[in-house]
Order: sequence, then C-alpha cells, then structure tokens
Amino acid sequence: MLDNNQLLRFTTAGSVDDGKSTLIGRLLYDSKSIFEDQLQAIENTSKKKGHDGVDLALFTDGLKDEREQGITIDVAYRYFTTPKRKFIIADTPGHIQYTRNMVTGASTANAAIILVDARHGVIEQTKRHSFIASLLQIPHVIVCINKMDLVDYSEEAYNKVINQFEEFSSKLLVHDIRFIPISALNGDNVVNRSKNMDWYQGAPLLHTLETMHISSDINKVDARFPVQTVLRPQNESHRDYRGYAGRVASGVFRVGDEVTIMPSGFTSKIKSIDAYENALEEAYAPMSVSITLDDDIDISRGDMIVRSNNKPEPVQDLEVMLCWLHNNPPKPRAKYSIRHTSNEQKAMIKEVVYKINIETLGRNLDDKDLKMNDISKVKIRTTKPLMVDSYRENRTTGSIILIDDTTNETVAAGMIV
Amino acid sequence: MSKYYLNYLDELESEAIFILREVWAQFDNPVILFSGGKDSILVTHLAKKAFYPAKIPFPLMHVDTGHNFPETIQFRDDIINDLGVKLIVGSVQESIDEGRVAEERGKNATRNALQITTLLDAIESNKIDCAIGGGRRDEEKARAKERFFSHRDDFGQWDPKNQRPELWNIFNGKHFEGEHFRAFPISNWTEMDVWNYIKRENIAIPSLYFAHEREVVWRQDSWIPNSDFLVLESHEEIVTKKIRFRTLGDITITGGIESDADTLEKIADEVSGMRQTERGNRSDDKRSESAMEDRKRQGYF
Repeated sequence: MLDNNQLLRFTTAGSVDDGKSTLIGRLLYDSKSIFEDQLQAIENTSKKKGHDGVDLALFTDGLKDEREQGITIDVAYRYFTTPKRKFIIADTPGHIQYTRNMVTGASTANAAIILVDARHGVIEQTKRHSFIASLLQIPHVIVCINKMDLVDYSEEAYNKVINQFEEFSSKLLVHDIRFIPISALNGDNVVNRSKNMDWYQGAPLLHTLETMHISSDINKVDARFPVQTVLRPQNESHRDYRGYAGRVASGVFRVGDEVTIMPSGFTSKIKSIDAYENALEEAYAPMSVSITLDDDIDISRGDMIVRSNNKPEPVQDLEVMLCWLHNNPPKPRAKYSIRHTSNEQKAMIKEVVYKINIETLGRNLDDKDLKMNDISKVKIRTTKPLMVDSYRENRTTGSIILIDDTTNETVAAGMIV
Repeated sequence: MSKYYLNYLDELESEAIFILREVWAQFDNPVILFSGGKDSILVTHLAKKAFYPAKIPFPLMHVDTGHNFPETIQFRDDIINDLGVKLIVGSVQESIDEGRVAEERGKNATRNALQITTLLDAIESNKIDCAIGGGRRDEEKARAKERFFSHRDDFGQWDPKNQRPELWNIFNGKHFEGEHFRAFPISNWTEMDVWNYIKRENIAIPSLYFAHEREVVWRQDSWIPNSDFLVLESHEEIVTKKIRFRTLGDITITGGIESDADTLEKIADEVSGMRQTERGNRSDDKRSESAMEDRKRQGYF
C-alpha cells in the first residue's frame, strides 16, 4: 500500500432482501479481505443452515440477536484495503424503524451506496435512503442496480431504473450520482467487470470507489478551529508554552495568519502550529494540531479560532433539520444540553415547523409530535451563542446533538439550515 | 488546492488524537488500559503525541493476571519510566486470594475471564470514569459494534443493543456517578494499519513480536510457549521452534506462529500475506461463537 493512499468512508443502507450483505461480503471476498478462519466459520454455518455454497451475507453477521433474527440492528463497521485505498464501511439496516442508525452511519461518510433491486425498481426505501444521503450531505452517491442476473442483464431494465431514480432525485441535493448495474450474488461489476453486460461502459463498483475524487469533499475555504483543550506543560523546556489543542474542522491555517477568537472577539496572530515534535507551516482539515498565538488571551474549550476575514455567525436562534434518536419523545419546553463542536450550552426546542413524511418525502404541517426516527425542521433557542455555519457549507460546524440531562442520553442529531 | 489531504495513516492518527483529547476534556479521571501488547503500546504512543509537549496527563493501568510473559512486565516498567506517568496495577492473584474470583478448573483453564472482576474492581476503587482501550473493530464481530465512547452501567456492563448513537465527531461522555466509559481511539485501525504505523514511527514493541527461538508445545492449532504454568498432556512434547507472537495475552493462552520475521519490515510483510485472523491463535476466543460478546457484556476489555 502506498504512503499517499487515502481513506474513504462509505455507507450502505439496505434490508435483508435487497442483497446488501451479499454485496459487502462480495467486496470483502473478492478484494481478499477475508481470512481463512473467517471463511471456514462461514462455510460451517452455511452448511448448518442448509445453504448451497458459501453464503457471503454471513460475513456481516454481528451480535447474537442479529444472528438469531438474521437482521442488522445497529451500525457495524467493516474494513478492507486495496492497493489504492483504505475503506471503512458503515453497514446500516435499511428499514424505516432504523432511520436513526442510517443517519448515524451517514454522518461521517464520503459516499453512499444505494441498492435497488432491478426487478422492483425505485421503491419507497430507495427514496428514503437517497433522502438521508442528501440530508446528511454525503458528497457522492452510487446507485447500484442489483440482481441484474434476474432480469437477463437487460440494459432496458437498467435504464428504466435510472429514469425512475432521476425523476425524484432532482429534488435532492446530491451533486455526484452514479449508476452501476451489478449482480452482488455472481460478482458482476462489483470487483470485476461483468462479461454479461457489454452494453455498460462505466467502471465496476470497486474501481469507482478506488478512484473517485474525495479531496475536495472537505470545505477548504472557511478556516475553523474548535479548541478541545489547552496544553500547558509547565516543564523545564516549555515553561511558557500555551497550546490550543484541536482538530482543524475546515479550511487552512498558516503561521502568521490574523485570527479571531470566538465568541470573545479578541484577535491575535498564529505564532506556531505544532504536531508533536514538528513545527508546521500550515494545518488543514482534518489535522489534529496545537496552535500557539502571539498574544496571551483567555481561551478555553468551546472557543473557536477562525481567520479574522472569514468568521462564522454567532447565533442563539437556530433552524435545524432534526432527527429524533430516542425512544422517549421530547417533553414540552424541556431544556437539553446542546453540543456543537467542542462547545456545550443549554437549548430548548421552540417550535416544530414541519415533519418530513419519510415515505413520500412530503412535508407534514399537522402532526408535530416528534417520535423516534422522525426527521423534522425545528426552531431551537440556545442560552448562549453558538458559532455556526450552515450544514450545507460545513458538516463539522453545521452539526449539533441534543443530550437529555435527566438520562445523559443523546436524544437528537441536527443539521443547521 | 488538491494537495490538502491526509493519507490514511495520518487521518487515523489525527482521529485517535482527537478522541484522546476528547477523553481528557470530558472526564475527570481517565486511564489507559495497558497490557503490554502492541495495541495498547500504540494508544500510549498516540497519547504522547496528543498532549505533547505536556506529559500524558493520566495514568496507565495494567490488569495483571500473574500469567505474564516476563518480557511484557519489563517492557511495561521501562515505558512507565520513560513517560514519567503513574502505573496502576490490578492484580488477578489478589482477587483470587481475597476470594473475589475462583480459579477456573479443567484442561483449558485460564485466568482470562477472571480479569473482568479485577478490572472492574480497579476501576471502582480508583474512581476511574473512563478506561481507554486498544480495542479495534476489525478484531471480532462484537467489537465491530463498539462505539468510540462506550457506556458501562454501574455494574460495569455493556448493553450492545442500547448504545448511544455517535454522529459526526461529537462524543457524549456524560454519565452518572458509579458508571464509567470505555474509549477506543483506534477503533478504525486494522491489524495491518497498526503494523504499518508502528513501522513508520519506529515504535518500540516487546521482543516477543519478533521471531525468536522458544520452547513451545503444539496445542489447539498453535505453538503455546513453555512456562511455569504449562501442564503437559501425555501426548504432548516440548520442542524448540523459531516463532513469534501476533498478539500478546496470557502466556498460558497466547499461541505463536512459526516465523522468520525479525524486523518491523519483515513483520509488516508477513502480516500482509496472512490468511488467518490474528485472534485465530487465541484460545479465549475459540470457546464459542459469542465468546467475545459474552465477556464484553460483563465488562471485559
């Protein structure tokens, strides 16, 4: 593996029947990421269950309950590497009752694979997965039209699905959508080019994942540095060192840059950017570094260092697309802890503007009771200003979670409009 | 501006450093669980980077089964000395002597599961609210479901079906008194990533990982090292082989593989051609299909 190889995170959403587990099993198997003892275990289980041959779907088996019920309940992460890239798959269940798990898996993904059964075309589940990919602003969407073997590898069937998909996807905000006809079961166009579909000129799935351009996925314009903690060694060699530790959320910082500390508004210049024993000239997302400034300013966790000529908006009233994650619905006028980057304040949901009907993607203005898995547009008021960007501009400084202080549980995740 | 991207190892490193700093910021009394194995050595190395030029601001904790490789203990003491951090030891032998746990009986008896009680006792008595571990999601199917910040109830138990959702890079470590968290900064690393990084950074690891001559016995499809704790079966025989270990656990259950890999380069090459998972040589995982899940639910590493 080469030293400049990148990491690509992608999510797959799907249910038992659309071949998601088989596709993942196929990717792992054909890229030789499966070990002999794992294969042996799967062969034994396949035999025990009376399957013909090796059931690749068993590779994605997880917890005891999931094995017993034959379903994915929670997000599971899987890993494989090719000579070109390292991949992390967030494998999520596809059924409507697991919307929250899909949202979780989608939150860090560069790409989403959406599986469509060639026989059934675009169904409600396809729309739901595409909507989540759009809502979470996954930069690249790959629609895999699966089970092509069951429609005689017909180009017409493939084109029909594309037309159906494009009809509704024009309403979504995804900039890069690709279509690939595959058979996960037989391996057509997954790792190797299919011999059964000469009419398809594009690349197989793995090649697409290996070569797709992802360096531009992170916002390179708006320099944002949420401070996680302050490093004050107070040892002989670094007596006066005061480093602001954090991970660059977006943009580029350089030594000498004029910066403003939010929310205090104090300004200074970057004196050094340190990564362990190395002094760097610049830092960009997603690097973890320690920044020192020319001036002694009171800065602590929750503050944000930004470039003075490009500042986020300090706001207390937010409009948020909110996914409710918890079994218990919100209590009226309840206060929650809100987390935004390293900042934490209190917040209240002032108003539910509308709820998304996730089956039709329409807006429901009448039913405003938030239940688990609901996605809705809400108005939130915070006790102190947060330094935000819109989620569309910046996935890190545009996202929040809500925590119920009576249980300490994470109850909602939101994308700032 | 296309040159502004990180390679996969730099991105994994940055992610792990971010997690370690979050732990420090969100908890009062964290520790690194240190076994002397490569994963906990890696986590310790990343912690050194995360807080430099300050020292690692929390102790290392070792759960000592008493069934150690002598090399591991020496390595542990050296690293503690070098870093200038505090070491906390939880002793399984003490737990046995105090009657908190009973030694397993039978042919394949180990102290592996006994560690759970010692670990939870040490967490409680030292008032630890976050134990940082070197667990990786690629190791095992129950671990594939782990969060970066993983909640444990006041009995130290993991409830895999009721985990907090973890979105973006926002981590929720809030907890009530008596509860604690486990944090896994290298969740997204694979065995190969770990070796490539150790090679790149030239991180010191115990000599046990390098090929060496050793007295061993063939048991459960791997070479189990001779030690004071080994009880020979009548058909078994001690032989000397050139072996190395892919993982380090108790000397009683950690099997070696025959190998000539005596440098980090050779190890990385060897691992990239491996056709068996690294835990394939750990008899603690072979007991049943859900051996790891069952132990983790009770509070295992």
